[in-house]
Amino acid sequence: MIESLVPFAAVMAPLAAIPLIAASSRWPNIRELWTLLAAFAAFFLVISLIPSVDADTLVGSGRFFIVEGVPLELKVDQTGLFFGLIASTLWLVTCFYSIGYVREHREKHQTRYFAAFAACIGSTLGIAFSANLVTFLVFYEMLSLATYPLVIHSESPKAIRSGRKYLTYALTAGIALIAAVLWTGNAAGTYEFTAGGILEPGMLSPSAMRLLFLLFIVAVGVKAGLMPLHGWLPAAMVAPTPVSALLHAVAVVKSGVFGVIRVVGFVFGPETMAAYGLDTMLIVVSGTTILLASCIALRQDNLKARLAYSTVGHLSYIVLGIALLSKSGFAGGMLHMVNHATMKITLFFCAGAIMVHLHKDRVSQLDGIGRAMPWTMGAFAIGSLGLAGVPPVNGFLSKWLLCEGSLEAGLNLPMVILLTSGLLNAAYFFPIVYRAFFRAPAEGVAEKGEAPPMLVVPICIVAGFSLLLFFWPDLFLGLARDVASAVFGGGQA
Amino acid sequence: MIDFFAEHYSHVCIVVLIGVGFFGMVGKRNLVKKLIGMSVLQSAIILFWLVAAFKEDATIPIVKDGVSPIVPEEYVNPLPHALMLTAIVVAVVTSGVAIALLVKIYRNYGTLEEDQILEQL
Amino acid sequence: MRPDLLNHAPILIILLFLGGAMVAVLAGLLQRRLAQPWAVGITGSATLLSLFGLARVLQEGALRYQLGGWRAPIGIELIYDPLSAFLVVVICAVSLLVLIHGRRIVPEEIPGREVPFFAVALMLIGGLCGIVLTGDLFNLYVFIEIVSLSSYALLGIGTKRSPLSAFRYLVMGTTAGSFYLLGLALIFMRTGTLNMTDLAEILPFVSGQVPVLVGLAFILVGLSLKAAIFPLHGWLPDAYTDGCSTATALIAPLGTKTALYAILRFVFFVLAPAYGAGAAPIGTIVAYAGAAAIVWGSFMAMSQKELKRMLAYSSVAQVGYIALGIGLGSRYGLIGAVLHILNHACMKACLFLVTGNLRRNVGHSYLPNLDASVRREMPWSMAAFCVAAISMIGLPPTAGFFSKWYLALGTVEAGQWPLLVALLVSTLLNGVYFFRIFEQVYLKPAREGASGREARGEAPLSMLVPTLIFAVLLLILGIGNVYIVTTFLEPIWAGVL
Repeated sequence: MIESLVPFAAVMAPLAAIPLIAASSRWPNIRELWTLLAAFAAFFLVISLIPSVDADTLVGSGRFFIVEGVPLELKVDQTGLFFGLIASTLWLVTCFYSIGYVREHREKHQTRYFAAFAACIGSTLGIAFSANLVTFLVFYEMLSLATYPLVIHSESPKAIRSGRKYLTYALTAGIALIAAVLWTGNAAGTYEFTAGGILEPGMLSPSAMRLLFLLFIVAVGVKAGLMPLHGWLPAAMVAPTPVSALLHAVAVVKSGVFGVIRVVGFVFGPETMAAYGLDTMLIVVSGTTILLASCIALRQDNLKARLAYSTVGHLSYIVLGIALLSKSGFAGGMLHMVNHATMKITLFFCAGAIMVHLHKDRVSQLDGIGRAMPWTMGAFAIGSLGLAGVPPVNGFLSKWLLCEGSLEAGLNLPMVILLTSGLLNAAYFFPIVYRAFFRAPAEGVAEKGEAPPMLVVPICIVAGFSLLLFFWPDLFLGLARDVASAVFGGGQA
Repeated sequence: MIDFFAEHYSHVCIVVLIGVGFFGMVGKRNLVKKLIGMSVLQSAIILFWLVAAFKEDATIPIVKDGVSPIVPEEYVNPLPHALMLTAIVVAVVTSGVAIALLVKIYRNYGTLEEDQILEQL
Repeated sequence: MRPDLLNHAPILIILLFLGGAMVAVLAGLLQRRLAQPWAVGITGSATLLSLFGLARVLQEGALRYQLGGWRAPIGIELIYDPLSAFLVVVICAVSLLVLIHGRRIVPEEIPGREVPFFAVALMLIGGLCGIVLTGDLFNLYVFIEIVSLSSYALLGIGTKRSPLSAFRYLVMGTTAGSFYLLGLALIFMRTGTLNMTDLAEILPFVSGQVPVLVGLAFILVGLSLKAAIFPLHGWLPDAYTDGCSTATALIAPLGTKTALYAILRFVFFVLAPAYGAGAAPIGTIVAYAGAAAIVWGSFMAMSQKELKRMLAYSSVAQVGYIALGIGLGSRYGLIGAVLHILNHACMKACLFLVTGNLRRNVGHSYLPNLDASVRREMPWSMAAFCVAAISMIGLPPTAGFFSKWYLALGTVEAGQWPLLVALLVSTLLNGVYFFRIFEQVYLKPAREGASGREARGEAPLSMLVPTLIFAVLLLILGIGNVYIVTTFLEPIWAGVL
């Protein structure tokens, strides 16, 4: 293991920016400068880790004993690097988009917004780089707290109600996590994340093992949007779009899914999962979520709500892949983490641009806007194609891997579910694209033209990512496959 | 039964006093009577110590010149009595503070009956 | 500081306060405004002295101080080991900050009575230090009564209702003291000693006898009422609510905690050698009483509309945590309990000081009437409130998380799942009532032409700085909890078993 300050610096860069942001509230340009500096710093620091981290080496930042006997430790393994890359890259893009959105929309409380944003990313990177369950727990709770000001941003009664709902879900998940972590530490004697799991079969009685797994799934499942714990996600859509985009398509929900990866691959391990039927539990839950969420999405007229339910469905793609307990399934699930992130963020950015520029938020109002906003809706089309699993967008690749994984595990039903969901995705996204391009626009739409560049450029960038990752998936695919090998074969990563 | 009372009459009295004290504190509505009950309770405990310190045919704990060997059974242990002096002081101070509070309550509410005060709250 | 002076540190600290109290009365006769500075001066000197004393104890080991040179077990002994030295520092420091805060608010809330207030406050602090330091059971009684009497007096000044609540507290507290005395009589009759260390040695020989068991039960019941362990907590809500701000801020963080510390010392040092594993049933009862306190206190706190009353019920819950730790009887239980004593002192002091600030500036602490204008006018006070609230809920990196963590570890080790559930559920419940306040203060828009009073702005520095210091301390104690555990708690755990 290499000792380096880089992981620590990467987590601290956004956190250190918070006081600076707070202090510069009267000079918006300087305040935005801090945000961007921190984003660039985190991005470059994480990128710099790519050459050093491989199947055998990790980069650690030393331990700090926050609780006796359990160190707060940051350790970048391939799994952590994977998530860290997603988070830091997309944060950078979102920063630009945020600045454009917030200024265009003339939002209030901008300082609080940017400060909370930085706190969220710091916590997310902390989650990504956690070496053990306790560190994970600390950053997980921090993330829940840091996202609250963003959810209640508009301070409308609806926002406050959603904030309360969000907190209830998040705090309940938090205490389930504390109970689960304590129990694991007591049973396994350690909190470290180890590929292949630290809980061996036989350490606990079958029902105890199942209960422990259930606690973990409640804890991470809230953030990962597993039904019926997903209720906060649609409610949280009341937040401004960049918040929904980054946090509820990338940071918060992906932290939940990352938690599932860690729990299944690094705490329980494939052997224990199979021995107690825990994988079946998870397959059932995620499969149901996929289908139900896709059906509910069909019925939503509010654009962001439709995207929210689509997110719930796609998160369960990832969980399903992990639950299959096959190498391709695991790799496919991880790959879908990054693919879904880029595609979903594209769609949310588009929704935000439409809201800010044309003041429309319902699908039924979107006739003909493709004429006025070709770039935006073009990107939307790309994202939709990918989510439905159509090449040449990256979504196709992860779906393929997931189906492969299903076959590898000897199960046909997951593959059927995935393909059905693909059709449903098409059913709820393609009509939007059709409306936008092939129907006559409403009054006054065509004159408005495209959204401001500060919004459109990030949109194009993330859409571009989606295309890029189809033609050149090697970086992420390689990491994902390595992780899968490590989890199923034992050893580092 | 009679023998029991005859031998342990002091303890029985103390138990009775404790009972009286509790009755005063819990059963009476007037605040002054509660205070009196509390006082009786404190006195009962102090008496208990003193009863425990009692020694038949023992004398004050001062050794006369030239007496040897010193037999402990012949001398009363002064410690409980000394401790109880402290306890009496504590009880007196407590009563003082309590009465001061009662005076204030009377000034604030015009009555020392608990139910009447509760009505005024 | 001259080393031989430090050898007398324990008694000097207590004498400083008791003597200081008497001089305070005299000084106050001369000039009323002298009372508070004098009190602050005495407490400040005591804090310094206790810090030096702590340094000495850490360097040279524990000190057993015989009062008047009379050797134990005949004489009275003061035990000055790392833990008690540390707690004395905590008591003095917390009191110092609260007294500094009291400079402005005491004359406003109880005009004309500052002199007796500060004099009695000094006696209170002296008594608190005494409880922590003493090694003799009757001496413990005396100091407990000093603390209790001072509390009755301090809590009886204030609003119209204060004397009544204080009187109720007095009656219940004196009953508790009488029980303690009764239990002590039985113990003394059977063992012949009042010294804690000596008793620990003798107790194994008489442990099964009925008078001894009954005596121990009385002692524990008496101490539990003083510590407000559920269901013997009835006096607490009214007494804390109706006292004036500084009185509550002095007594709430420290009063019950020292009683709990006394129970802790008693259980872990006196009883443990004799009863060890056999005490398990009692430990279980205490732990479950603690769990009941946690749940009941949190529920009651949720339904309160007035901030001080809410904090009082919350105190009942917090005492429950400590009782839980004591009841567990294991190493983690002890660490969790002591850490929580420390953390809670800071948290509650901070919260009650903020309440004082609120009352001064807004005129009340009635929750439904609070709105965003409070946040605008008192941003720093509310920030301190946020930190303390997060610590009460138990979220990292504040101190509250870590004491709860140790307690939770202890319950998991002992396999007591209902206790763990109570601990975790309380986090949620605490979250509910604190976040409600956040919503009011940070989100509820100020009413137009609100309340008719002029905005008084943030609290003055003498009130604000102590509040902020406590908030910062909570963060420091949280992050540094390992240091505290290894330096102050490890040495005495070694002595327990």
